[in-house]
Amino acid sequence: MKFGILINEGPFTHQASDTAYHFTKAALEKGHDVPRVFFYYDGVNNANKLSEPQADDRNLVKLWGDLAAEKNVDLVVCVAAGMRRGIKDENLADGFRISGLGQLVEAGMGCDRLMMFGD
Amino acid sequence: MAEYEFDTEGVKKTFTFMNRKAPYGTVYALEVLETVLISAAFEQHANIVFADDGVYQLKAGHDTADIGMKNFSPTFGIIEMEKEDADEDEDIDMNWRIIVEKESMEARGLTEDDFKVDVEVIAAAELADIIDASDCVIGG
Repeated sequence: MKFGILINEGPFTHQASDTAYHFTKAALEKGHDVPRVFFYYDGVNNANKLSEPQADDRNLVKLWGDLAAEKNVDLVVCVAAGMRRGIKDENLADGFRISGLGQLVEAGMGCDRLMMFGD
Repeated sequence: MAEYEFDTEGVKKTFTFMNRKAPYGTVYALEVLETVLISAAFEQHANIVFADDGVYQLKAGHDTADIGMKNFSPTFGIIEMEKEDADEDEDIDMNWRIIVEKESMEARGLTEDDFKVDVEVIAAAELADIIDASDCVIGG
């Protein structure tokens, strides 16, 4: 099955991005496709390369980036939501790209399921 | 960075946008509307649903001056216009519905007359079927 993923929360205040990450990883391991993960609302903060969690905590920004590199997942950050929150090319982490909301609608149109993670 | 190309040629799906949050206090209400408007560019069917405190989003007469927030309620006029265009123009294959959940509306002492745009008032049980029948549910 082809899954599109929508992440609506940042990497720390909520667990949504963690759950989405584990879902995405599990789906890929089971042989499903996850062509695109879209980051919206505070979810854009998952792409902030200046994020520096403590050494004994997980680093979601890096985990997403590594997963994207390893499994060829398209990580898209909403340009409008990102600009408001200061997520721009200057501080965009490896593995992410910035684009428009149309990329979310396309994922909904092109995937069998669109999974939303957030409150 | 692996840009993925979806083949969306001729794809027509039904998106349900769930608006469950009050208009101010969190950003969800404002940002979900941006997604609704973008979906029009792809000529997709849409149920734009207001439930829980989300019903307050549609209330006429928002005045945000004292809280210093942007009043985004004019956006609902744009959404209503998109819907009317789609309803009237035979060349646009796009069915949009603006739906208010009956129980949420009544629990907050609101009636259809309080809203800025024309809505369909639908009971929760029937709304569940509408959500079930849609292809994508996007919340805010």
